[in-house]
Amino acid sequence: MSKTNQIMREIMSASPMRVFLSVVLGFVIGSIFMAVFNEDVVDSYQYFFASPGYTFQVAFQTIFDGYAALFKGAIFNFESTDPVDMFRPITETLRLSAPLIMAGLGVALGFRVGLFNVGGTGQLVMGLLGATWVSTRMELPYGLHMVVALVVAVVLAGLTGGLVGFLKAKTGAHEVIVTIMMNYIAVDLFTYFLRTPGLLLETDGPGNPKSDAPALTAQFPRLLGEDFKLNIGILLAIAAAVVYWWLMERSTIGYRFRMVGFNANAAKASGINVNRTYIWAMAASAAFIGLAAANQGLGETGGLTSSIHANIGFDAITVALLGGSRARGVVIAGLVFGAFKAGSATMQITGVSPEVLGIIEALIVLFIAAPPLIRAIFRLPSPKEQ
Amino acid sequence: MAKTQVTPGMFSQVEVAPSWKTPIAYSFFGLLVTFLFGVAGPTGAVSFELASKTDFVQLPNFVISASALNVGLGIVMMLIAAASAALTFLKKQTPQWLSIVLGLLGATGLLGWLAAGKSIPVAFILGSAVVLAVPIILGALGGVMSERVGVVNIGIEGQLLTGAFMAAVVGTITHNLWIGLIAAMVAAAILSMALASLAITYLVDQIIIGVLINVLVIGVTNFLYSQWLADAGEEVNFPGTFDIIAIPGLAQIPIIGPALFTTRITVYLTYILVPLVWFVLFRTKLGLRARAVGEHPTAADTVGINVGRTRFWWVTIGGAIAGLGGAALTIGNVGAFGREMSGGLGFIALAVVILGRWQPFYVSAAALLFGFAIILRVWANSVNPGIPTDFITMVPYLVTLVAVAGFAGKVRPPAASGQPYIKG
Repeated sequence: MSKTNQIMREIMSASPMRVFLSVVLGFVIGSIFMAVFNEDVVDSYQYFFASPGYTFQVAFQTIFDGYAALFKGAIFNFESTDPVDMFRPITETLRLSAPLIMAGLGVALGFRVGLFNVGGTGQLVMGLLGATWVSTRMELPYGLHMVVALVVAVVLAGLTGGLVGFLKAKTGAHEVIVTIMMNYIAVDLFTYFLRTPGLLLETDGPGNPKSDAPALTAQFPRLLGEDFKLNIGILLAIAAAVVYWWLMERSTIGYRFRMVGFNANAAKASGINVNRTYIWAMAASAAFIGLAAANQGLGETGGLTSSIHANIGFDAITVALLGGSRARGVVIAGLVFGAFKAGSATMQITGVSPEVLGIIEALIVLFIAAPPLIRAIFRLPSPKEQ
Repeated sequence: MAKTQVTPGMFSQVEVAPSWKTPIAYSFFGLLVTFLFGVAGPTGAVSFELASKTDFVQLPNFVISASALNVGLGIVMMLIAAASAALTFLKKQTPQWLSIVLGLLGATGLLGWLAAGKSIPVAFILGSAVVLAVPIILGALGGVMSERVGVVNIGIEGQLLTGAFMAAVVGTITHNLWIGLIAAMVAAAILSMALASLAITYLVDQIIIGVLINVLVIGVTNFLYSQWLADAGEEVNFPGTFDIIAIPGLAQIPIIGPALFTTRITVYLTYILVPLVWFVLFRTKLGLRARAVGEHPTAADTVGINVGRTRFWWVTIGGAIAGLGGAALTIGNVGAFGREMSGGLGFIALAVVILGRWQPFYVSAAALLFGFAIILRVWANSVNPGIPTDFITMVPYLVTLVAVAGFAGKVRPPAASGQPYIKG
């Protein structure tokens, strides 16, 4: 077991050099995908033997255009002269990063306790169910309405996670299986609510499974006026990261969490109630995901469909892995993946399928999670030899 | 962070004395069927169509009141629960096949409850359930093979998707579905080799590597689908399907014939593979060695078994079988490849491995439950869109949840499952 622990520590303490190499390698392989399957490049293959230089020129142009489009869509629109259009990309990146950071913190918390929370989708959806109920079916004054909806989302998601922890603690059922099953159950339940008149189905709609728009009193206030969709979600995400940092690094319960994650047997021997810790840790992990649910449910101005969970529960796993389960790392990873989401629309226009970003994401995390692999590729010395 | 510690008994507790949870869970399902479906259920007559007009043997329809059927089934289920309670009282384990019988009775009850006042095409439902279960069975079989040697395989979803993609694309390009089938198996096997070598040689956390393989395959196939297949569908994604073959003799048996023996080659291959894997695993020297590696790698190493190599090849061949399951999704069922068409079947396969206790036959039975649930939803939507089908969809997941939590006391995975073996 000690050797496994050492490997885990190695992943967590990813050196900046290794992270950098992983990112570079991810983008390089992503570029190859972009170039090889691009229409213009494919057309140029017929001239390959006559003038191979032409093929390479087209390929490099494709790659350059793709990444330029990503930059234009996610950071700064350098082709526009209107200040709103110029700066909208970065605000979109921030807006889309918020739920990834929140949910990423949740999954990260699980990892630190030795729990693998694959149930992000289910917990998110349960949170959404609560938030949507409060925001569309209750009438409360401005401000309070939003807070109540947010708290309900966090509590419902937390309870869902706590149930997983309870099942693990009491019956020994593995959390991966339990959370996968709960994902399906929660999504079905949410769809049922959205489909049923009197529950969450929109009041005057054609009857498609869709909710009413959240009440104006419950929506997240926007930060930069009506021109930008950026809302307070990103501030909540940063606040959540601070809370996470304090919880994990400074509080007593965080110490117990880390202890159990480090070595459950040793934790037990030193008097920590491991089963109870599992329940609390799953609940806390899911509570962060509940915050992401509130962000999804209250950050919208239109009605919600069941696709509003936007796969954040699974994306959060890669965010947590890339961020090394540390508060700062998760924030950075969330911003990177948020930028990928923001930039995909402009990439699509240039003829590069934004799905390539999914490949790049997976590769980067794969290389970071497999330290010996990246060392083998770049012939880096192993830490022991240093 | 990522210390997904995988200890002996990872998926459940260690083996303990027979637990009262089993009879309690059994009687819960029995009471559910008796009262919810039976006493409180609809009284309309259900007609089970035992033969279609073209069948070799014609049978009259079996007509019964839905509530009477369910009360009857519920009573039988409670008798089984009583038998299980008696066994537990005598400190004996309840045999697994009783769970399967119980599941079948419950499924029939659900079917009758839904179809009150209508008729049920029995052979169609059964046949479709099998076809839909095949990818789950094969994916889970791959999972069993890798977990039996001690490698947790979360990447089944990715293997299924790879198989589905390769079968459709290679099958179309070469105009030969058999080459597509082989390409699917080879590609998924190569993916498994990556998983195996990362897990065995590079000692990367097996659960993390599996998740990442899924994400990577979803990313690659999504990209190729929108960049390539969507535009050039005719040339690269139009494979067609294998022909339906009726086995002479067997196809003439009432109900079972049209349902199970008038189907595609992918299903027949599954009929062969399930007992084959079981035989190799439990009746040959090869299987004994594999299980030894999964239970106690150090002991296996001591007697001269190469732990790394055994794990590598079992995971690889398991991957090839999962790839066949992926091919069953495209060229064994609908033909063309669709975006993320495995749609979570790989995760269901993961649960099925545990539900079926790492044993090929039980795993197949558990997978059939899910196949049945999928066809039931489709069929219930078409005959009776008034009922909340979302709840029917939930049933297999709830059953799995109850089973994993309730039967957990009796299930024990291969002891070294998920643990890297570091020599010395």
